[in-house]
Amino acid sequence: MHLKNYPEVTIIVPCWNEESTVKKTIQSLFHLSYPKDKLKIFLVNDGSTDNTMSVLSSFASHENVKVFNKENGGKYTAINLGLESTETEFVGCLDADSFVHPESLKRIMSYFEIDQSAMAVAPSIIVNTPMSIIQRAQKAEYDMAVYVKKMLGFLGAIHVTPGPFTIFRKKVFDDLGPYRHAHNTEDMEIAFRMQKNHYKIEQCNDAYVYTNAPKTVGKLFRQRLRWIYGFLNNTIDYRELILKRKYGNFSLFTVPSGIISVLAALYLFSRLAYNLGHFIYSKLNQIRVVGIQNISASSHFSFFYIDTKTLLFVTIFLYASVIFSMVLGRKMAHGKTAFSLNMAYFFVIFSVIAPFWIIKAIFNTLTSKSPAWR
Amino acid sequence: MNNNIDWKKYLIVFLITAGLFLTASYLSNYFTNKKIGELKSIQDKIAVDILSSETQFSLLQELSCKDVNRSALSSELSSLADKITYSETNIGVSSDIIGLKKYYSLLEIKDYLLMQKISERCGIKSVFVLYFYANKDSCADCVKQGYALDALRAKYPEFRVYSFDYNLDLSAVKALISIYKIPDTLPALVINKEVHPGFTSMEDIEKMLPALEKTVKDSSKDTKNVVN
Repeated sequence: MHLKNYPEVTIIVPCWNEESTVKKTIQSLFHLSYPKDKLKIFLVNDGSTDNTMSVLSSFASHENVKVFNKENGGKYTAINLGLESTETEFVGCLDADSFVHPESLKRIMSYFEIDQSAMAVAPSIIVNTPMSIIQRAQKAEYDMAVYVKKMLGFLGAIHVTPGPFTIFRKKVFDDLGPYRHAHNTEDMEIAFRMQKNHYKIEQCNDAYVYTNAPKTVGKLFRQRLRWIYGFLNNTIDYRELILKRKYGNFSLFTVPSGIISVLAALYLFSRLAYNLGHFIYSKLNQIRVVGIQNISASSHFSFFYIDTKTLLFVTIFLYASVIFSMVLGRKMAHGKTAFSLNMAYFFVIFSVIAPFWIIKAIFNTLTSKSPAWR
Repeated sequence: MNNNIDWKKYLIVFLITAGLFLTASYLSNYFTNKKIGELKSIQDKIAVDILSSETQFSLLQELSCKDVNRSALSSELSSLADKITYSETNIGVSSDIIGLKKYYSLLEIKDYLLMQKISERCGIKSVFVLYFYANKDSCADCVKQGYALDALRAKYPEFRVYSFDYNLDLSAVKALISIYKIPDTLPALVINKEVHPGFTSMEDIEKMLPALEKTVKDSSKDTKNVVN
């Protein structure tokens, strides 16, 4: 792919204790297929307590690299420091645990070339070499997001401009101000702010960014708690955007469906928990009455006892649509259409754990307790 | 930024969603009807069983005790009560299901009368009880009694429970209630023609029906003979 023009772009890499991954992140930026004199790289050390600063310093000799060192203040303060020094027309950020595909920047910049009204272009995020089952489950989820985000992009209804490699016109920050703390989800808040001000966000589905997904249940839980808490609180902060025709599909579709998803997950979980509780209570009651030695194994299977209420079929349709999105997303991200075991991992793991971070996020929102970054 | 709402898209999405819900509702109805159909086919079988039961009843005078079939109720019918109870809770009380329940209760009474006759004529100790229950909202102990009777049925395959919904609007059941003077303190069991109101434990039922133990011994002896 060739662009007519290669405008100057600044990429800010905020780092906080990222000594193990940041080198690979920076090297992926060096390997971008984009003129070196048009690419500025700002490495910002946000008061790391490990060896991050010395890793960053080792890149200071490169002509297009600038290293900043500041006291710890949170990711948004690190990006803002970079933004203050940005003089290029385009600016983006790359999390220090993510790596870009060599063609990604060019592909993203092609959107700006074609559409002067595009103010930000988000990439497709793919899980980098998933090892654990938790990571493989997330891989299926991220693949699905590639499809979903593209659809939202078509509708002009994107609600998050991800930290890894969304490129903005610098004008966005000049007009709307810098990043805010925004409940530790600054990349969501800036998207809400842009939607409020009618700034167009696009999605470039073949601009791949590889990210290291949380390896363990605990880390995944903390990340998702932060995301859902961020969604709920940004929605509250921007509540005037809900169901207002003038804010477009973002207001009429994205935010309401996000709220409905949270409520639906809560409802389904409560239902499941009630049924499980009822089953355990009945079994205990039965044991109390007849003794454990007289508990017979469940009677033979019969179709008759399958619950065939409407909800069952609605749930089947819902699951089918999720699988459909995953298959399409996988096709878009990897060119493969076959089913993958990761999808099964996704259903099992997310069905069990997701309600807990949703409940915790709602609880924290009600008690105004902001979750930690990680 | 393009914020023109494309209402046509929303209309299409609405129609697709409505279509999905209608399909789900249609499928649900389809399977519910299938289940009711299954219950109805069992109902037909009951009709045959009633006739068979009556015929056996008449023939009893001419049969020797050795030839008497002690299990007049077809084996398939043992799960019918469970299916009716399940349908009442999950499909809802419909006239189809109530009708089926009445029919089933009639067959139970017929079979009970036959078993009584056999017991008297052939001197076989009874291994059956009459069980009167009400739905779980008005009778919490009925759930417990159900567990105890189910466990006994699993332990002693010959054990027979004739269960009747105390509130079923069927004159035959009402007659049974008045004959045995069943109080409304449910559950209530009739064992050896004696009424036992309230919850009766498994152990107490076993004590009142010593013939139960014998049925297990007999069946294990039969098994040994087959093996040898």
